[in-house]
Amino acid sequence: MTVYYTREHEWISVDGDTATVGITDFAQGQLGDVVFVEVPEAGRSLAKGGEAAVVESVKAASDVYSPVSGTVVEGNQAVVDEPSLVNTDPEGEGWFFKLTLADNHELSELMSADQYKSYCEEL
Amino acid sequence: MSEPGKTLPLDGWHRAKGARMVPFAGYEMPIQYEGILAEHKWTRESAGLFDVSHMGQLIVAGAGVEKALEALLPADLAILRDSRPKYSLLLNEEGGIVDDLMVTRRGDHFYLVVNGATKEGDIAHMEARLPGGVVVDHMKEQALLALQGPKAVDALARLVPGVEELTFMTAGLFAIDGVPAWISRSGYTGEDGYEISVPAAAVERVAERIAAEPEVRPIGLGARDSLRLEAGLPLYGHDLGHDTTPVEADLVFALSKRRRAEGGFPGWHRIAKELADGPIRKRVGLAVEGRQPVREGAMMVDSEGNEVGKVTSGGFSPSLEAPIAMAYVPLAYAAPGRRVSLAARGRIFTGTVTPMPFVPHRYKRKGGA
Repeated sequence: MTVYYTREHEWISVDGDTATVGITDFAQGQLGDVVFVEVPEAGRSLAKGGEAAVVESVKAASDVYSPVSGTVVEGNQAVVDEPSLVNTDPEGEGWFFKLTLADNHELSELMSADQYKSYCEEL
Repeated sequence: MSEPGKTLPLDGWHRAKGARMVPFAGYEMPIQYEGILAEHKWTRESAGLFDVSHMGQLIVAGAGVEKALEALLPADLAILRDSRPKYSLLLNEEGGIVDDLMVTRRGDHFYLVVNGATKEGDIAHMEARLPGGVVVDHMKEQALLALQGPKAVDALARLVPGVEELTFMTAGLFAIDGVPAWISRSGYTGEDGYEISVPAAAVERVAERIAAEPEVRPIGLGARDSLRLEAGLPLYGHDLGHDTTPVEADLVFALSKRRRAEGGFPGWHRIAKELADGPIRKRVGLAVEGRQPVREGAMMVDSEGNEVGKVTSGGFSPSLEAPIAMAYVPLAYAAPGRRVSLAARGRIFTGTVTPMPFVPHRYKRKGGA
């Protein structure tokens, strides 16, 4: 299982041709207290970089983009019911959706954990 | 991104307390410390210390100052007793709101607290209209703190015996740790509490003393905004502006009875007409269905999708755990219970007009419990 990161602060954990997507700890820290999450329905087709989910904190609304193209397998009802999971466990229980990858080659354009860490330090 | 702002006297203190600083009203200010929800709830349950030193503190003084200020404000200053802060408005000739403010008679002069982002414009507006001999002094050497919440009185009275005797909208000169402090029982959260004006040179010592009380935590601008929204209090530049009148803004209480009848303040003709006939639109509170916040800028739409109103403040209410908003809606939609459609982020939300405050005020009024 390999985890990749985007410049928009999503993480994607890949296991074969399926992947789990969420927002990073850095992103949740910037957003602050999350009060609303909307996740995509199973079966929805997502384009790389396309709007996939919505996350709103007390102070701001933000879109979550799909790091890769694919088809949604499951949206995480737990974060819809309990949005604060995004704050308390952003890279675990606070995941947003799972999808099947349309094209594994898209992963090569994403950042590794080390690259993402350097990227955040420069922000 | 905004330009980095000027720093306020407590800048280093905020950073040492773990604040996240953001540009606001031209200054670097703390948006939050531990988190907006926790700070909001702490203020509602205990006491929160806010740095509002960005606000403008002005002295207006000189021969005939009372009459001169009455020409700019709709307040009845003739009956305003000493040390009794009053909410008022600077108005333009069209009855639009130049700023909202607090005005207090202090002996031979008046003390005004105006908004941070508008203070320079307010001073220019007043200086252009006040007669010679009446002068505006911007007290740049004063800082301003607010201590808000049901336990504010316990914390502050321990440091400043006597402040417990003040009632809502009364003020006086006290000392904190030997520092002269002008303290009023007032605020912008809907809670009981105080606003405390002290010399900037001593504000860090005063803030540290107050924050050391067990009831008190520092609170940022994020919670200040969610608290005032729940309290139904408008924010200048968002819910009030040059193009909104006091009648539209539902601030008729700021138009004193004598002044309403006599006029003699800017925009009176329009305001008198709106008082008699009703305004075209009105500021109302909205309870929004679902959990997703509807924020400033969202449109109110009619059944054909035409824009007929707008949301001027909106967010998630931590106390109610639901989205709430303020909006300007046509008068026909302004009655409590009326349902309105709001367009935001590519979808339609339903709001219900709700009396404000959304969360009851808990001021310590004279003769009250």
